[in-house]
Amino acid sequence: MSRATPWLLVALCAPCAAWADWTVNLTQGVTDISREVYGLHMLIFWICVAIGVVVFGVMLWALIHHRKSRGAEAHNFHENVAVEITWTIIPFVILIAMAVPATATLVKMYDQSEAELDIQITGYQWKWRYQYLGEDIDFFSSLSTPQTQIGNEESKGEHYLLEVDNPLVIPTGKKVRFLVTANDVIHSWWVPDLAVKKDAIPGFINEIWTRVEEPGVFRGQCAELCGKDHGFMPIVVEAKSEADYQQWLAEMKQAKSSQAAAAEKTWTLAELMESGQQVYNRTCAACHGPDGGGLPGVFPALKNSPIALGDPAAHIDIVMNGKAGTAMQAFRDQLSAVELAAVVTYERNAFGNNTGDLINPADIAALKQ
Amino acid sequence: MSTLEQTAAAGELTEHHHGPASGIGRWLFTTNHKDIGTLYLWFSFIMFLTGGCMALMIRAELFQPGLQLIEPAFFNQMTTMHGLIMVFGAVMPAFVGLANWMVPMMVGAPDMALPRMNNWSFWILPFAFAMMISTLFMDGGAPNFGWTFYAPLSTTYAPPSVTFFIFAVHMMGISSIMGAINIIATILNLRAPGMTMMKLPLFVWTWLITAFLLIAVMPVLAGVVTMMLMDIHFGTSFFNAAGGGDPVLFQHVFWFFGHPEVYIMILPAFGIVSEIIPTFARKKLFGYASMVYATASIAFLSFIVWAHHMFTVGMPLVGEVFFMFSTMLIAVPTGVKVFNWIATMFRGSMTFETPMLFSLAFVVLFTIGGFSGLMLAIAPVDFQYHDTYFVVAHFHYVLVPGAIFAIMAATYYWIPKWTGRYYNETMGKVHFWLSFIGVNITFFPMHFIGLAGMPRRIPDYALQFADFNAVASVGAFIFGFSQLIFLYNVISCIRSGKKASSEVWEGSHGLEWTLPSPAPYHSFTEPPVVK
Ligand code: HEM
Ligand SMILES: [Cu+2]
Repeated sequence: MSRATPWLLVALCAPCAAWADWTVNLTQGVTDISREVYGLHMLIFWICVAIGVVVFGVMLWALIHHRKSRGAEAHNFHENVAVEITWTIIPFVILIAMAVPATATLVKMYDQSEAELDIQITGYQWKWRYQYLGEDIDFFSSLSTPQTQIGNEESKGEHYLLEVDNPLVIPTGKKVRFLVTANDVIHSWWVPDLAVKKDAIPGFINEIWTRVEEPGVFRGQCAELCGKDHGFMPIVVEAKSEADYQQWLAEMKQAKSSQAAAAEKTWTLAELMESGQQVYNRTCAACHGPDGGGLPGVFPALKNSPIALGDPAAHIDIVMNGKAGTAMQAFRDQLSAVELAAVVTYERNAFGNNTGDLINPADIAALKQ
Repeated sequence: MSTLEQTAAAGELTEHHHGPASGIGRWLFTTNHKDIGTLYLWFSFIMFLTGGCMALMIRAELFQPGLQLIEPAFFNQMTTMHGLIMVFGAVMPAFVGLANWMVPMMVGAPDMALPRMNNWSFWILPFAFAMMISTLFMDGGAPNFGWTFYAPLSTTYAPPSVTFFIFAVHMMGISSIMGAINIIATILNLRAPGMTMMKLPLFVWTWLITAFLLIAVMPVLAGVVTMMLMDIHFGTSFFNAAGGGDPVLFQHVFWFFGHPEVYIMILPAFGIVSEIIPTFARKKLFGYASMVYATASIAFLSFIVWAHHMFTVGMPLVGEVFFMFSTMLIAVPTGVKVFNWIATMFRGSMTFETPMLFSLAFVVLFTIGGFSGLMLAIAPVDFQYHDTYFVVAHFHYVLVPGAIFAIMAATYYWIPKWTGRYYNETMGKVHFWLSFIGVNITFFPMHFIGLAGMPRRIPDYALQFADFNAVASVGAFIFGFSQLIFLYNVISCIRSGKKASSEVWEGSHGLEWTLPSPAPYHSFTEPPVVK
């Protein structure tokens, strides 16, 4: 509060003064498009300010001078066609002046040609999936802020709620095209610094592009209400120079093959339970609850549930393939074989479900083929 | 005028007494426009407080970053119910209540044209809202998909209570349509001799146009919720891409209703302000005819701008450009209105009683909302604003100091006519100033948070938004609690206010002020002659 109070006074007294210097204005961003958008924003803003000064100025003048307590007598005019036509036409002209540059920018934004890299972005409840077309790179990106910070048990980090486990990495200097879609409900992929916001709509693919010149990290959030954890699915984009980008690509491919190797090794129940718990808290707890209790009427409990206590094959099936027509997603592609095996094992043995079943990663790997 | 004579004759045959019936029956079975107006207004105020409590719950959670008071799932239910209750329960019924009270008196009629239907259109509402609010106690909770209920979040992924929500919306729609038919029938048929269309008070004009908007778009809303019902229970796929449907279709249909709907919530407010400013400026309204034409143009344009709510869904370029231009065009007739109000004040002889204060605040703050509307209309920039707090700031500026302030101004302005007594002026001014300050502290900072990048409808936020959120929450509590002053003022006015004359205000003009205060139970039993 103490820091905010002076701001507030300024805000109320002089909404227009020195706006551009405030960190609370729209970002200029890092692309040509975002700077153009910022320019349009400031242009329309100052036009509004100018109109406001004139209109409110006249009003204020009248409020001061034409009050009965000052002895003002009411005049008797109530029509003037010339004046009325003038103040219809002037705004019209201003609007046209505004519409021209706005349309020009819009046309540039819609120019999808000559993209050098295509990345498919898929919104899931409540994470993002990034697939690099033609590169065999495919990963999910979800919030990495610990639950303890959200629950106020621990102090909040610098990038509270704006940090993810796997950022989207793009090369600088290249026109990158995003193909945006969704798996369940509508989401919206928004990174203010790129001036890119596009709805992710299940069954449809929207296109949008960007070109970042300098390396950097840019943060955004899902902008379309998408259910319970809508506020917890941030976006982080890392722009890397071409060399760093190539290195990142190589590392990603490397990681993928070591993942495959991990599935071949033999896992103990304790090991699976340990990593299963991590996967569960990261991926499943949002709906089924950290204690497996679910959310009555919306998300079923796993504690004592017929699936978790019954046939392991059915359990594996619903986790891998989801349940159509419900919020239960298919995790086949979201999780590695080890993670799938671990989380199913965990669900069958945690929350008092002590079935003693151990699901073998190698079996899942076979199912995934 | 034959309808008028018939109504008057029927009144004489069936009712030999001229006062209201007594007991609860008076309210349950009433066909009197004043009683029904009163019912609407009290209902709306109760909904306003209910929706307000939800807003305060939201603002309390958002006071600081982190989750303190409510869970995200419940937070979404609160934002959804807040929006639905305020739109359909507070603002719309308040305007219908004002129309019930004032339209017959302003056109010189004894009552509304269709009094029995009038009773019915009110009494549906409490049931509709009881049903909707009861969803809070159901398994899975209340609707949690926002007042715009985009599919498939509101269909495939909705809590089971969505079915009750759909039926509640149907009932509200029926109520609104019947109310609108009644208002149109009254205005077109029950005008006093000499009351030509271009002599109608502006409140009556704006309501007439609003009523046509209602009749045009409430069926569209009913259609879209019925399609949802089909998708949820009968296996259709209107909005389900997997079945060949289209989630974007939902948004087109919804906003085809939704944008005219936002004008339904502001046109009667324009009418109210156009009544009040001339009274307290002691000067005729400037540009009466252009006000009527501007209202009609706004109503027309409101049908061709809907997709400005959908700039980010991936429309083709031409679509974007069309909706951008048409939306910008709305600023022209809106500007005309603002200029006319100011020209009315100019060289008037103004005094600043509470209704005037609320109206002046309306002119300024609504205009600020218009400015942000214009900014939002610029499609390439809207990509940055869309679904952020900037939009929240925009529509709260047009709806709270817009629609709500106008409703309050109307109440202060006409309550002496309704009750025969003045409200307490000092208390009215205190209420005004607290509301004015509270509203600005709440919603002005939202422009900043939105520009800085905070999405709307989130229960927790990044640290850079913290200061302004705290400020906004403080403002919300100031605004919320100052409404209790309003309540107290109204009650004490009814009970023990100073007696009012029939003119009530020094500068008042119009048929309603020729009736005694309080206005008789059957407004004009003899049609007045308008010269
Ligand atoms: C000059 C006149 C106006 C213009 C140009 C305008 C423009 C817009 C635009 C472009 C949006 C969409 C923003 C977005 O979602 O990105 C919007 C949202 C909205 N406007 Fe306006 N507007 C105007 C006046 C009004 C009035 C008079 C009202 C109601 C009294 C109103 C109520 C709303 C509401 C409720 C929303 C948000 C709906 C939602 O997404 O929940 N606007 N306006
Ligand atoms: Cu609109």
